[in-house]
Amino acid sequence: MSSLRRTPLYDLHVAAGAKMVEFGGWEMPLQYQGIIAEHRAVRSGIGLFDVSHMGEVALRGPRAAEGVQRLVTNAVGKLDDGAAMYTVMCYPDGGIVDDCIVYRRGPDDFMVVVNASNTGKDLAWMREQAGAIAEVVDESEATGLVAVQGPQAVATVARLAQADLAAVKRFRFERAEIAGVPCLAARTGYTGEDGFELACPAGRAADLWSALVAAGGTPIGLGARDTLRLEAKLCLYGNDIDETTTPLEAGLGWVVKLDAGDFIGRDALVRQKAEGVKRSLVGFRIEGRGIARHGYSIVDRARPAGEQAIGQVTSGTTGITVGGAIGMGYVPAARSAPGTELTIDCRGKDVGAQVVKGAFYQRG
Amino acid sequence: MAGNDIPEELRYTVEHEWARVQGNRAAIGITRFAVEQLGDVTQLELPKEGAAVKKDEVFGTVESVKAVSDLFAPVTGVVVKVNAALHDRPEAINEDPYQAGWLIEIEMSQPAQADALLSAADYKKLLAAQE
Repeated sequence: MSSLRRTPLYDLHVAAGAKMVEFGGWEMPLQYQGIIAEHRAVRSGIGLFDVSHMGEVALRGPRAAEGVQRLVTNAVGKLDDGAAMYTVMCYPDGGIVDDCIVYRRGPDDFMVVVNASNTGKDLAWMREQAGAIAEVVDESEATGLVAVQGPQAVATVARLAQADLAAVKRFRFERAEIAGVPCLAARTGYTGEDGFELACPAGRAADLWSALVAAGGTPIGLGARDTLRLEAKLCLYGNDIDETTTPLEAGLGWVVKLDAGDFIGRDALVRQKAEGVKRSLVGFRIEGRGIARHGYSIVDRARPAGEQAIGQVTSGTTGITVGGAIGMGYVPAARSAPGTELTIDCRGKDVGAQVVKGAFYQRG
Repeated sequence: MAGNDIPEELRYTVEHEWARVQGNRAAIGITRFAVEQLGDVTQLELPKEGAAVKKDEVFGTVESVKAVSDLFAPVTGVVVKVNAALHDRPEAINEDPYQAGWLIEIEMSQPAQADALLSAADYKKLLAAQE
């Protein structure tokens, strides 16, 4: 375990009794009290997530916007100062380098938050592809990141900030002192709940975390982070999307703005959009018992032996809030319509599932 | 912690099942250690009463939020009781793995097999070696 990296909150997690696991080269809390209890705490109250392991990469300089646009599929030009957007970075063939959130801190200063397990790969890619246009700076080590999510999250953060953070709109951010810690507070998240993601100096992350715990926040591990994001049908890089999948196949066409500029992967995505995708990422509900897991085959038993696998489950779990068992997977485009019946090979046993539309969970 | 919750009166397997042996019958469950590895249990697949089970072979599965695991029979015999309460309350396995969380009861066809199972002390050593 010695080669694993630790966030500034590591000691607090251990002191809180967290079960620590390896994730993307980091030693992170899997759970504190249990995945189900933590999941419910986020849906009903306020949950705290240490996401300091994620990478923060700044692009700076007079041509910073141009540099970011070369890398991402969504339209950088629509961002004003204080605005953020979800997007992906693609390879020339349209495969996904990573999914990320881009923040415009100023006209010459953007921050891109990327997945922890991809930070090294992303940095190299961003320097290679945009380094001649903008200054690419790795801020990951210097930055702590805490997500505060749940129905009481916004009010609690606003109270600690003694500022009107509740007025910050979704996918916008403000600079504010929260419990005395200077933060960039963004109205974003990965749970299907309202809330903030708070970026702060790494050395102050423990102060911020402790203040949020004292204000009633429940620490949440990676286990519940996964069940929460899956109920909200949010993609996880490495499970649902990767370098072999395109954003159009993954149902992320809404972050592909083909007229945004000459970004990397644009030509491939123009072609794929014209031709139509051959497969699509869908959400499904299991009918009856069983839980589909990452890697299980989606099958058509009417086809000849050896050709029965028609797709693959990319994520699956128990629907803690929405009930039953839920998942996501790639299926041939012709079988992606809501209501389509699927068969999943769950460790040698066929289980029925049905394609469902949209997120499994929608907050009230 | 898991390493200390190993009831003296039970017998154990390397697959982290326990057996409560009474005469020719053995009630079967999974240990506190297994439960903590699995996390929150959400579904179980267990055999029906009357089903034959064979030592070291899979008799069911346990699904937790994060993983699926096979259940291995510690002894050979016929299933005479199944803990039907777990169907609606699988979390009983997390809460009380050695009592309310029992899985099945087996009428052993070779009761001597039970004598070969690990003692609490042996199982404790096994866990210590895995730390």
